[in-house]
Formats: sequence, C-alpha cells, structure tokens
Amino acid sequence: MHMADALVAPAVAGTMYACSAAAAGWAVKKVQEEDDPKKVPLMGVMGAFVFAGQMINFTIPGTGSSGHLCGGMLVSAVLGPFAGFLTMIGVLLIQCLLFADGGLLALGCNIWNMAFYGCFIGAGLLWRRIMKNGPDKKKITYASVIGCILTLQLGALSVTAETLASGITELPFAVFAAAMQPIHLVIGLVEGLITAAVLCFLYEARPELIWTGDSGKSAAGAKKPKLSFRKVLLALTGAFILIGGALSLAASANPDGLEWSIQKITGSAELAASGPVHAAAGRIQSLTSLLPDYSIPDRETMLGTSLSGIFGGLAVIVLCIAVCYLFGLFRKKGRHEQNQ
Amino acid sequence: MSRINEAVHEIHHLDAMASREGRINRIHPLSKLLVTVWYITFTMSFPVYEPGGIFGMILYPAVTMRAGGISAVRSIRKLKPVLLLVCAVGIANPFFDRAVLFRAGPLPVTGGMISMATLMLKGAFAVLASYLLILTTSMESICYALRLLHVPKIMVTMVLLIYRYVIVLLKEAERISQAYSMRAPDQKGIHYRAWGTLLGQLMLRSIDRAQTVYESMLLRGFDGSFRLSKKQKMDRRSAVYLAGWLGIVVLLRYVSVFKLAGSLLE
Repeated sequence: MHMADALVAPAVAGTMYACSAAAAGWAVKKVQEEDDPKKVPLMGVMGAFVFAGQMINFTIPGTGSSGHLCGGMLVSAVLGPFAGFLTMIGVLLIQCLLFADGGLLALGCNIWNMAFYGCFIGAGLLWRRIMKNGPDKKKITYASVIGCILTLQLGALSVTAETLASGITELPFAVFAAAMQPIHLVIGLVEGLITAAVLCFLYEARPELIWTGDSGKSAAGAKKPKLSFRKVLLALTGAFILIGGALSLAASANPDGLEWSIQKITGSAELAASGPVHAAAGRIQSLTSLLPDYSIPDRETMLGTSLSGIFGGLAVIVLCIAVCYLFGLFRKKGRHEQNQ
Repeated sequence: MSRINEAVHEIHHLDAMASREGRINRIHPLSKLLVTVWYITFTMSFPVYEPGGIFGMILYPAVTMRAGGISAVRSIRKLKPVLLLVCAVGIANPFFDRAVLFRAGPLPVTGGMISMATLMLKGAFAVLASYLLILTTSMESICYALRLLHVPKIMVTMVLLIYRYVIVLLKEAERISQAYSMRAPDQKGIHYRAWGTLLGQLMLRSIDRAQTVYESMLLRGFDGSFRLSKKQKMDRRSAVYLAGWLGIVVLLRYVSVFKLAGSLLE
C-alpha cells in the first residue's frame, strides 16, 4: 500500500505530513512519559524485525499467491500504540530511503495510511478493548483479524482519497474505491491471520510480552490526569470564542455546497415553501431565533456575526453538558473512581 | 538470489557507495536532504498536462549521477517497481480522458496519454532523487541532518537502531527460511501451519537480542541517545550547493528549458 511520490500533490503531501507529525509528536510525548530506557532498543530491534518479517512470504492456502505480516498491529500488540507508531515511522522511513518503497514526499501519507490506523485504531482502540479482561488465543485471533481488516480498509480508503484529491487519476471515486477496497479486504484477512498466528505463538511462549493496555492504565492511575474536565472546558471555551467570535468574520459570503446545487437547479439559493405546516414552522422559528441569519435582527453588523458565533458555541456546550448529565456520563465516572 | 539476500546485498552496496569520499558525498547532509525534498516537491507540482516542462527536471539527477560517479543503469533499474505502481494507477487516464490534444503524425495524442506520461516521469524523477540521496549520504548522516531539523531524539535513535539491526535480522530471517525450505522442498512460501512458529521464533530472538543490545549499550555509557560521530559544519561549498540547487529547481519549474532552447534556435 506504499504510495509513490508521483501519486500525491505537494498540497496533499504537506497536509498529511502535518497530520502525521502531530500524531508523532503526541506519541513521542507519551513514550517519554513512560520513561522506560529499555523501550528504545526494543523499538529499534522490533522495527528491524518487522522489516525482516515482511520479507518472508507465506503461502495462502488454496491460491498460488503469498502474503506477509501486518506490521502496525503486530508491533503495537507488543510495544503499545505509541511506541508502535514511532517504530512504524522508522520502518517506513528506511523502506522509503533504502528500497524506494514509498516516496519521501508521500511519507506523511504512508505513515498515516499504514502506521496511524494500524497502531492507533487497530491496537489503541480495538486491541485494547478486546484485551481489557486479559488475553487468550481466541481474543488474539479475533482482534488481529478484525484489526488488520479494518485498518487496511481505512488505509485503502485514504489512499483512494489522497490520490483523487491530488488529481492524479481520472477514475471516479466509486470506481477507484471499488477496485481498492475488495482487494484490501482479502489482503487484510491474510495479514490478520499471519499476525494472529505470530501473536498466538508469542502468547503461548511469553505471555508477558503481549500488550493489553494495563500498564498504561496503572501508570495513568498513579498520577492525576493532566487534562481535567475544567481544563478541557476552558480550552473549548477559548476555542469557540476565537472561532465563533473572530474567525466567523472571515466566513465566505458564497453559498455552501447544498445552496450552490439548489441555485444551479432552481436559480435561487433558497427554496420557497408553502402550506400551513411550513407557515407554522416559520412562525416558531422567527419567534425562537434570537440572531436570525447570524446577525442582530434588522442590523447587519460585524458585532452581530461575532455574537452569533459565540452564542451558538455556548448553546452547543450547554446542550452537550446537559446531555452528558442526563445520561449520567459524569456521574458514572465519579462512582467508578470511588469504587477504585 | 533470494529476496532477502538481494535486500542485504543492496544495503551493503548503498553503505559502500555512501562511505566513498566523492565530491557529492562531502556536501553537508542537511544541504543534500533539503535539496532532495525541494526537488521532489517542485517536480510533483507540475500540472499533469505539462510533460515538456517536467523534462527539464532531469538536470538534477543527471548532474548528481555524473558528479557522484553513479551508475545510470543501476539507478534506472531501481525505477521498475515504482513505474509499475504508477502505471497501475495512471492506466485509467487514457480511457477516461480521450480529448485529442494534438497529433503525432497519424497517431492522435489524448489528454489521458499525456497525463499518464507526466505521472510516470514524476515517479521516475522522485525515485531517482531519493535514491541519489541515499547513495551519496550515509544513514548516520541523514539522521544527523534530521536532528538538525529538530526531529525528536528518540525517533532518530530508533531509526539508527533499526538500520543497524536490519541486516542482522534479515540474515537471521534468511537462515530460518532457508532451513525451512530445505525441510520442505518444492514448496513456495511458508505453509500456514508454520506461520506462527516460524515468525514467532524470529520475534522472540529479536526481543532477546534487544535485551542484549540494551545491556551492551548501557556498558558503553548509553544515556538515551547516540553520539553521532561525524559532526559536519556547513561549509561554503555546501551552502553554495544548497542555494544553487534551490534556485535552479525553481527556475526549471517555471521556465521550460526545451521551449526556451527552441525559441533561441528560431
């Protein structure tokens, strides 16, 4: 699935570099927080293992072809998602430089498509959840196969999106995706089975090497989490004041996608509706909308636009908090902490 | 030669080439890395219907090959897998974009044909640039340049470790698969019943090796990062190389050399 440089436009490559760099920065921080000096050599040697392991071909029963192991899931199942992600970056960089397997410009895309999904979605979310109550061979097989299929599907979809966004191929999205997804379903299944076979062997021989997320949980339990509810709320408030209050002034005056489509068909950006139901709904809306059309009624000013942004953001936060309280999401966490 | 042996051979070849004392090899690694990324970015930014302009970009690989004494044949051979991949993606273009742009004699040349040709040229030049970088710069020097660009220490250390152990583990993988194939002759690949045991053994050996590596690193005073032995200063030659190529690449991107030459001849 390694993308070559020719398949991405510089803008797409730059965006994906930024996304991958942000994920890598987060992973570096997390690995440094773990403060385990043994981890770096283990990451290095595991990276070399993935490199070597991917060179061995495995016969797919009933076919004449062969497959190889899925690096991201395997490494993360041993090292955890953060160290696994960094290891996969190293592997991808060396594959790119030494064997021209993936381009230097497309490295950000390849990190995202192959390492991010495998390590964070496959291992960080799926594997951790399945292994919550301890691993066994059935769970390992299930997690490996489902994880590899899912992450390869996501990766293949990203390849399609990145190639199309770069304007490289004339293929329509549906045709390209229809070519990419089924083949990666089969590849994902085979890679998942190989990964499962290796991890089951590892579980039998050295079960302590399998990562289940427990160590991360206990380490986090030792110290108070850095991001408290108050901090998150403050950050969100700051963000919506900035976006709603200031950036909303720079919002485009052009119609959005739906309005544009309607305008093209009917000649007007808004559809005129008639009938008693529409009239009643319109009356309710005019009564309840404090800032219609994102401005103060009868006065189109910059202040009105900013106020609308801030008011809207506040309303959403209040609504979210109310829903969380309604469903007992905060209460449940407090009770859980008390039990512990 | 098996695939693993080929890979080991290739790494040895790259190491030997990078450790030579050539003119290009002596340039500061940061200059070479930046020029490579700059060159690839500008090459990829050509519109898909402009193969004429992109031809001018051949200047950088051609000059580097000549100055570095690098075999063109071997470098071109390196392009095969990438061109196949690019071709697989671009093959649809001639079928979907059938607008005839011009005629080459009796043959109509469509937009799809042009965009596919541009795509293949882009792929070829990008691979050549990366390959020339690794042929003239050792992995240790590239890691040094990455550190200068403030790539986190932990990542650079890990890349160096992967590079150092990749040959050891490749050879180990080769021994294991050779031993397997001798016990299971006429069998392509590894049978599914042996998947876990075979690769699992290699994994366990790797993990044990990591422990040994860590202990020996501690004995040598490892404190979380490698001391890169070759600390080069950016000399005048490297600065001129960097500034020169940055300028030339921008020029090649916006001025079509072939059109210019043609108009001068007229």
